Amino acid sequence: MLPSEHLLVAPVLLPLATAALMLMLGEGNRRLKSALNVGSTTLGLLLAVALLLRVHAEGSAAFGIYLPGNWPVPFGIVLVADRLSALMAVLAGAVGLAALLYALARWQHAGVYFHVLLQLQLMGLYGAFLTADLFNLFVFFEVLLAASYGLLLHGGGIARVRAGLHYISINLVASLLFLIGVAVLYGVTGTLNMADIAAKIALIPERDLGLLHAGAAILAVAFLAKAALWPLNFWLTPAYGAASAPAAAVFAILTKVGVYALLRLWTLCFPADAVGASAGFGGDVLILGGLATLAFGAIGMLASQQLGRLAGYSVIASSGTLIAAIGFDAPALSSGALFYLASSTLAGCALFLLVELLERAREVDDGNDALPAFFDAQPPPGANLDDDEEVLIGRAIPAALVFLGVAFTLCAMVIAGLPPLSGFVGKLGMLIALLELGTVAAWTLFALLIASGLFAAMALMRVGVRHFWTTQDRPAPRLRVAETLPIALLLGGAVFMVVQAEAVFGYARATADALHEPQRYVDAVMRARTVPSPTGGMP
Amino acid sequence: MELVVSLAIGVMAGAGVWLVLRPRTFQVLIGLALLSYAVNLFIFSVGSLSVDAEPIVRAGVPADLSHYTDPLPQSLVLTAIVIGFATTAQYLVVLLALRGLSGGDHVDGEEEKP
Repeated sequence: MLPSEHLLVAPVLLPLATAALMLMLGEGNRRLKSALNVGSTTLGLLLAVALLLRVHAEGSAAFGIYLPGNWPVPFGIVLVADRLSALMAVLAGAVGLAALLYALARWQHAGVYFHVLLQLQLMGLYGAFLTADLFNLFVFFEVLLAASYGLLLHGGGIARVRAGLHYISINLVASLLFLIGVAVLYGVTGTLNMADIAAKIALIPERDLGLLHAGAAILAVAFLAKAALWPLNFWLTPAYGAASAPAAAVFAILTKVGVYALLRLWTLCFPADAVGASAGFGGDVLILGGLATLAFGAIGMLASQQLGRLAGYSVIASSGTLIAAIGFDAPALSSGALFYLASSTLAGCALFLLVELLERAREVDDGNDALPAFFDAQPPPGANLDDDEEVLIGRAIPAALVFLGVAFTLCAMVIAGLPPLSGFVGKLGMLIALLELGTVAAWTLFALLIASGLFAAMALMRVGVRHFWTTQDRPAPRLRVAETLPIALLLGGAVFMVVQAEAVFGYARATADALHEPQRYVDAVMRARTVPSPTGGMP
Repeated sequence: MELVVSLAIGVMAGAGVWLVLRPRTFQVLIGLALLSYAVNLFIFSVGSLSVDAEPIVRAGVPADLSHYTDPLPQSLVLTAIVIGFATTAQYLVVLLALRGLSGGDHVDGEEEKP
């Protein structure tokens, strides 16, 4: 195996090693840990980008396969990087880096284990996107969820603990459903390898089909609860609203993990063009559920008074859009949805970061910069070391209000899908595909997409008016470089997606085409061979 | 034996679901624990129930599932137990934190208004 083959497993191992190292450094050494974390997260993002470029350069046979235990294929765990995995990994890395940079300004002081938790969160995300084994997917889900429980509580306070308790309960139950689904699928197909399951589904006898469908449906419920499908999404808004800004920013991609798992497994196991009773199983549920979720999110956005809740509902609306679009099982629609997924993840993350800055700008206090209470009350050990750093990265930037205004406008345009930004391109791609489909469900989604864009634009405009135009003798907000940089980077990513729209859309199209030809995935995984032992024996 | 195992799973899952829907945090905790026991037993049972069968291949006995029990569900159960244990412990920490912050044991942090 070439050394470059190990590129596939590196995004998982790097955050794990970094987290372990940081745990050994103890509770102090804050500056060293910050530097380590920035270095590791940046490197992780670069690795994900390298993976994406490599997968994309390989043309249609774009599968990187890695056997971590060197067991032959259907038996051992397999890691697979295809275009979808690589895209999601890049998004995870970008969101993680943005949240980290933002947290450097002040949130990292709110608790000693922020850096460790963030690294473990990234490890779970990268792992979940790269694995091709169902039970391994469960393990990585648990890793990322366990880290997200910690991140949600970061900063403390009763609001977070209360929201955290609900969040953990819901997710524990969803994890148990995940396990039941995996167990049933294993009982029916006798394998846990996703590609092998897909290959075996055609061979399942008639009498076992009910069991297979029940197992797949239970598994899907677990994913849909994480993807915030209505009516399984009432936990989302309080939890995301209560979380600290960097944690909420990372959570912007957590719902997309559920969407990813659904997209991966559903297109793999139940393609519409398959023969037999399993073809397109559950597609109607996805479409209906997605439409309901989209409507719920759009109405929720219009009804929210707090910006934090509005951001939560915008996440729900984008989840609904994606789930409904997946349900149609049409490559053209999926490619628009993938473009939309990338742009809405970046914009959602930026919006969660902006929420705190905007709320801070509204604070009409004595201008002491509205530091969170924990900072003044009890400086954590090691905080003194940060004094110099505070001067460095804590420098207020000029024209803060201008920055906030421009960033908020751009963010709102991406989320509402207004031209010329990336949200519009993604939505346009989906709308054109829906016109070609022409069914009742397609027209409903068409109408809802436009209506939800209008609702989002109205809700965000109202917030913008309240925050920027009704300023009466308020002190100008103080922003720091470390707080504005990640927002600028995320929105820069959205702008990049427009400037390079053709290339990005081509990538999305190739991803969707590969997803809708699951046989290519199955063949690629099954072809993987173990590496012979250097001593000549069997592995 | 199938009957005993399925009854055990059913009773634990039923009790677990009922407890998870209760308003006290401790009840929810026990409910989650019971549910995870039920799920663990369920995973165990999908690998075909058999008495006196080993998961490891012995010399002289043909290697098929009529002579052995399936080793994979056992390893899955082991992983699921460890993960369930850790996440339940995490839930317990948050439970205690909420108890300390709110002074009560209601899952919403405050008693329901009559």
